[in-house]
Amino acid sequence: MTATAAIVGSGNIGTDLMKKLLRRDDIELRYLVGVDPASDGLARGREAGLEVSSGGVDWLLDLPELPDLVFEATSASAHLANAPRYAEARMRCIDLTPAAVGPYVVPVVNLEQHLDAPNINMITCGGQATIPMVAAVSAVTPVGYAEIVASIASRSAGPGTRANIDEFTQTTARAIESVGGATRGKAIIVLNPVEPPMIMRDTVFCAISPDADRDAISASVVAMVERVQRYVPGYRLMADPQFDDPRDGWNGQARVTVLLQVTGAADYLPAYAGNLDIMTAAAAQVGAELSVRSLGVSA
Amino acid sequence: MTDIHTGDPREPVRITDTTLRDGSHAVRHQFTVPQVRDTVRALDRAGLQVIEVTHGDGLGGSSFNYGFSKVDEIELIAAAAQEATRARIACLLLPGVGTVEDMRRAADAGASVIRIATHCTEADVSIQHFTVARDLGLETVGFLMLSHRAGPQELARQGRIMVDAGCQCVYVVDSAGALILGEARDRVAALVAEVSPDAQVGYHGHQNLSLGVANSLLAYEAGARQIDGTLCALGAGAGNSPTEVLAAVFERLGVPTGLDTTAALSAADDVVRPFIGVPPLIERGSIVQGLVGVYSSFLKHAEQASERYGVPTADILRRVGEHGYVGGQEDMIIDVALRLRAEHDSAGLVGARG
Repeated sequence: MTATAAIVGSGNIGTDLMKKLLRRDDIELRYLVGVDPASDGLARGREAGLEVSSGGVDWLLDLPELPDLVFEATSASAHLANAPRYAEARMRCIDLTPAAVGPYVVPVVNLEQHLDAPNINMITCGGQATIPMVAAVSAVTPVGYAEIVASIASRSAGPGTRANIDEFTQTTARAIESVGGATRGKAIIVLNPVEPPMIMRDTVFCAISPDADRDAISASVVAMVERVQRYVPGYRLMADPQFDDPRDGWNGQARVTVLLQVTGAADYLPAYAGNLDIMTAAAAQVGAELSVRSLGVSA
Repeated sequence: MTDIHTGDPREPVRITDTTLRDGSHAVRHQFTVPQVRDTVRALDRAGLQVIEVTHGDGLGGSSFNYGFSKVDEIELIAAAAQEATRARIACLLLPGVGTVEDMRRAADAGASVIRIATHCTEADVSIQHFTVARDLGLETVGFLMLSHRAGPQELARQGRIMVDAGCQCVYVVDSAGALILGEARDRVAALVAEVSPDAQVGYHGHQNLSLGVANSLLAYEAGARQIDGTLCALGAGAGNSPTEVLAAVFERLGVPTGLDTTAALSAADDVVRPFIGVPPLIERGSIVQGLVGVYSSFLKHAEQASERYGVPTADILRRVGEHGYVGGQEDMIIDVALRLRAEHDSAGLVGARG
């Protein structure tokens, strides 16, 4: 048997996640919960045969049969209020907000260490796109400093992102360190309004020793890209990793640059919104792995 | 020569000098503490009321993507604040690069004016920063970067978002040096109509098409009351409107700036020029930036990529313009250079076969 699941939050992220979960047979999505009866997401959920409600978390917790898993697609402040209630109801939670109640997880990097965590945080879109690359380099050679630049289409940046842009840079930087394995991390985000909208781009710079094994780093990066592609088909390298010898101001370190593009699956959000797609795809992947490996087996 | 203005007393304009921020691009962020102290002392003596000191890309800009600072900007800000007797120290912050934590550190180091910059259509990402800035008691300025990318009405709408968030002066920022005369004037006029009297309007010009000073004068005529300059035009692209020229021109127009033109000339020629090496030039790369509307600070990075990948700087900049990349996307210069090289290589192969 597979685990049952609910999505809380029927906005863009929740609705896109719904489409991804409905395609999977290793997790059973049953509920979609919002707060706005007129939301497009709830209407689509109803059409798809889910039990939907605009009654919020109260409605969910009053159900006679609670799901095993809940995906939080609301906001950081809402999740801070909801998290203890999920825990009390013994529902495992996958948190797509920047609340960071639980450990940061990138499925291909550190999910193994957190299969039993009651609450898992999905970091940020830029983190999901770039941390696998930092980890791939770290697996070969120590990374004293890693820096990422995420460029997204203005149209794909919702009001939550815009009001809390510092949370993006700070959370991503911390996760580059704790999950990616860099001693020090830095994150930059740029919104670009060009029309037609630009597809999400991410660049990863890692400081490495001048005598690090460059072929091994390239091979590790390419292998990691293939692993991410299993759950984000639109994830791709735009060029071979670029190596630069030390320059003034780099403290004697060389640099590897990884240029990425993330094209969304266009489930609910358009293909340019790779930033939102990689978030929901990563969350769906974590949900499925928990379902198969630590929840469903006992049911 | 006498004052050519003969009418009523003119309204004053405040010149903000950003040699030690925008000029940082031109020296690849290599300013030292003695250079900062000497420049601040000279500017202070010349009567500048506001002196901006930060990494060229704002607080937190020291990075692989934009270039690492030789000296931590907080140390430079503190040195500037110690040196200034009358002038106040400003810092630039680009949301997405720097954070409110950086702003707090800058304020602790002695900065009292914060200038918060967004792409000209993305003003709402600055709301959290303006809110904190006002709580900290900082004077606030909003920068609408690459202002040529939005029309006057859209700029006015974006300026209103900043003012509602606590911004006290909204700048039309010609980051690409692309605005030509009436284009600058109309943008300033639309902002003045929208935000006055709740806030002032400012103008920040670049010399890529040699119009920084002329545009600044038209901006003043349209109601701008804060204007940016740098000594010796030190800045990104072909550099900025020179502070010493602004001082001279406004003096002749009879517009009070509070500046001592002779002291401003000395600050430029006796203090800054000796340490800057080759000053920014109006040449192929920077003119193309003005022509196609590319963020001025991309120039040095494009030159570096040109050298690394063997493709012409101007070709890189043209392609950057075609893609519509905005300030902060310096990483895309590497991508563009790689693509140009690949196109060049495959064209070479075709040629060899033919």
